[in-house]
Amino acid sequence: MIKSYAEQFYYLMKLGREFEIRAKEEYMKGNIGGFLHLAIGEEAVHVGATVGFGKGDIFVHYRDHIYALARGIPAKEVMAELFGKVTGVSKGKGGSMHLYHPKYNFYGGIAIVGAQIPHAVGAAYARKLLGHTEGVLVAFGDGATNAGNFYESLNLAAVYKVPVIFLCENNYYAIGTRIDRVSAFSDLYLKAKDYMPAISVDGMDVFEVFNAVSKAKEYVETESKPYFIEAKTYRYEPHSMSDGGDYRSPRELKIAKERDPIERLKEKGLEKGVLTPEFIKTIDEKVEKEIEEAVEFALNSPEPSEDELYKDIYCEVCEDVVS
Amino acid sequence: MLYREALKKAMDELMEEDETVVVLGEDVGFYGGNYRVTEGLYAKYGEKRVIDTPIAENSIVGNAIGMAIGGLRPVAEIMTVNFSLIAYDQIVNEAAKIRYMSGGKVSLPLTIRMPQGVAKQLAAQHSQSFERIYASIPGLRVFTASDSITAYYGLKQAILLDDPVVFLEHELLYAQDFDFIDIPHFDVRKQRLIKEGNDITVVSYLKMLHDTLEAIKDIEKDLGISVEVIELTSLNPLNLDKVYESVKKTKRLVVVNEEPKTGSFATEIITKVIENNFYDLDAPPLRICGEDVPTPYNRKLELLSIPTPDKIYKKIIEWGKENGL
Ligand SMILES: Cc1ncc(C[n+]2csc(CCOP(=O)(O)OP(=O)(O)O)c2C)c(N)n1
Repeated sequence: MIKSYAEQFYYLMKLGREFEIRAKEEYMKGNIGGFLHLAIGEEAVHVGATVGFGKGDIFVHYRDHIYALARGIPAKEVMAELFGKVTGVSKGKGGSMHLYHPKYNFYGGIAIVGAQIPHAVGAAYARKLLGHTEGVLVAFGDGATNAGNFYESLNLAAVYKVPVIFLCENNYYAIGTRIDRVSAFSDLYLKAKDYMPAISVDGMDVFEVFNAVSKAKEYVETESKPYFIEAKTYRYEPHSMSDGGDYRSPRELKIAKERDPIERLKEKGLEKGVLTPEFIKTIDEKVEKEIEEAVEFALNSPEPSEDELYKDIYCEVCEDVVS
Repeated sequence: MLYREALKKAMDELMEEDETVVVLGEDVGFYGGNYRVTEGLYAKYGEKRVIDTPIAENSIVGNAIGMAIGGLRPVAEIMTVNFSLIAYDQIVNEAAKIRYMSGGKVSLPLTIRMPQGVAKQLAAQHSQSFERIYASIPGLRVFTASDSITAYYGLKQAILLDDPVVFLEHELLYAQDFDFIDIPHFDVRKQRLIKEGNDITVVSYLKMLHDTLEAIKDIEKDLGISVEVIELTSLNPLNLDKVYESVKKTKRLVVVNEEPKTGSFATEIITKVIENNFYDLDAPPLRICGEDVPTPYNRKLELLSIPTPDKIYKKIIEWGKENGL
């Protein structure tokens, strides 16, 4: 366990969790609208993968806040987007499910299940054609692995030989349907193993995810071939804020929480001496302050002006090309 | 009766009568449906007739087509119309064409239910209306349900018809309570006269029907006129006899729907009325539709992007004044 990574993971996972807890509160107050999909419980996957992947394009789904934060997008810009403010990453037009920030190589935030998977394959193809070796990471849920987009992408990635990491977050549920009721088997890495190297890792262990993704990155970039990782994880919250979540037993939830990724890292880190109680205290305070500032910023930011409704639909300089 | 209960009642009654009626879709079974429309059916009819599917819309519709060929009467739920585009090939290339391509030998008693429209802050990929693209496909019936009456009767007729039907619901209507009365000879294919009037014919459906009715109260008061309102319950095939008759009397037509204006279904209605009633008209027809933009997340912008009772009121008053009302 490397100290600097343990510290970084602790900070990012804590930031992600506190961000989401606060987002939930702000949703209850009516400051955030629409669907709000929280990833509490899944921090180890979102943080471990993002840090392990390092630089390169990332494509994720609607459960995207922690990925965005782990990528380094400032919490205040993410929060402002959830508030629908013009200072948000998508100017208040995208909302919680649609965070985009090319500066951070972050391409969504896509709310159609599985639609981002072919995008990632195409992006990897583009990079390769343009002479880069940089890989692409795409994250999706277990629910996305039963549709055509998924299989078509595995096939194309293998045929084109492109550097893409498929990261399947297996949290066992797609809204209220448990995976074993709609999937022929629940070890999802098996779905990919005939196309590419495919492994399964403990998604509640941030180091395990980090190591797997780091190794995968090296593989895809040196070999120029795809790689598949299934991370077994769990979301504590219901599917979204509009879902009661009563399809799961309290016992099941309790068992999952016993493997809490943040607590686990803390315990192990303290035991091994790479984290100290003082460090944890400092980080907890820093995170609290950061979240507070993010909410202040979001609250005090202006709404988009009315003419924003008609902007950003088409490129605004394209007349030059036509005339 | 709640709108969603009316929909369930239609399915429940037919499932009880006829064991070939089955329901399938994402989360429709154990979970009870995302909008709680199928709640209770799983417990009553079991997992073989209330089928939880993977998130795979193309397969949901494709399998439903096969089920219909195989002797069942499937009612497929696509969680929202936004995801139906993944099944667009099965709906358009397969479901809509099979009767014709088989010279009438193969029937598809298939219903595809799905909600559409702008709800609250769900952003561009979750806030669309697609009646224009489904209602322009020959071979596909398209019905809408604007209240509990059309939800109940319309859905029952959709399931009983031996044709593929796209059955459009609206996301914001599920939890609404509407008066329910028995209508003995209800025919979903023949549009519905909601309110009689003499000076303007307003045509609408789904949520916009209610926003229009709300606006009309003040319009009638402020202009001192009366408005006739017709609900379109069938968009394809499109029978506009009631609208033609009405325009003969009122001489003015307004169509209100939620789709982006360019190419919206309102355009089709107006074109047909012009073809039929050109010399009856005393004013150019008015289209009140959504803006030509993807739906924004921000609530203020979102409301600017679609008709609201207030906007409907203002547009009709302004147009009425310009046209001598
Ligand atoms: C194509 C499509 N179908 C249905 C939906 C509705 N929907 C949104 S999330 C979701 C469940 C996805 O589950 P999973 O992929 O396991 O991810 P999780 O939400 O558990 O992270 C569904 C059915 C959608 N957004 N897109």
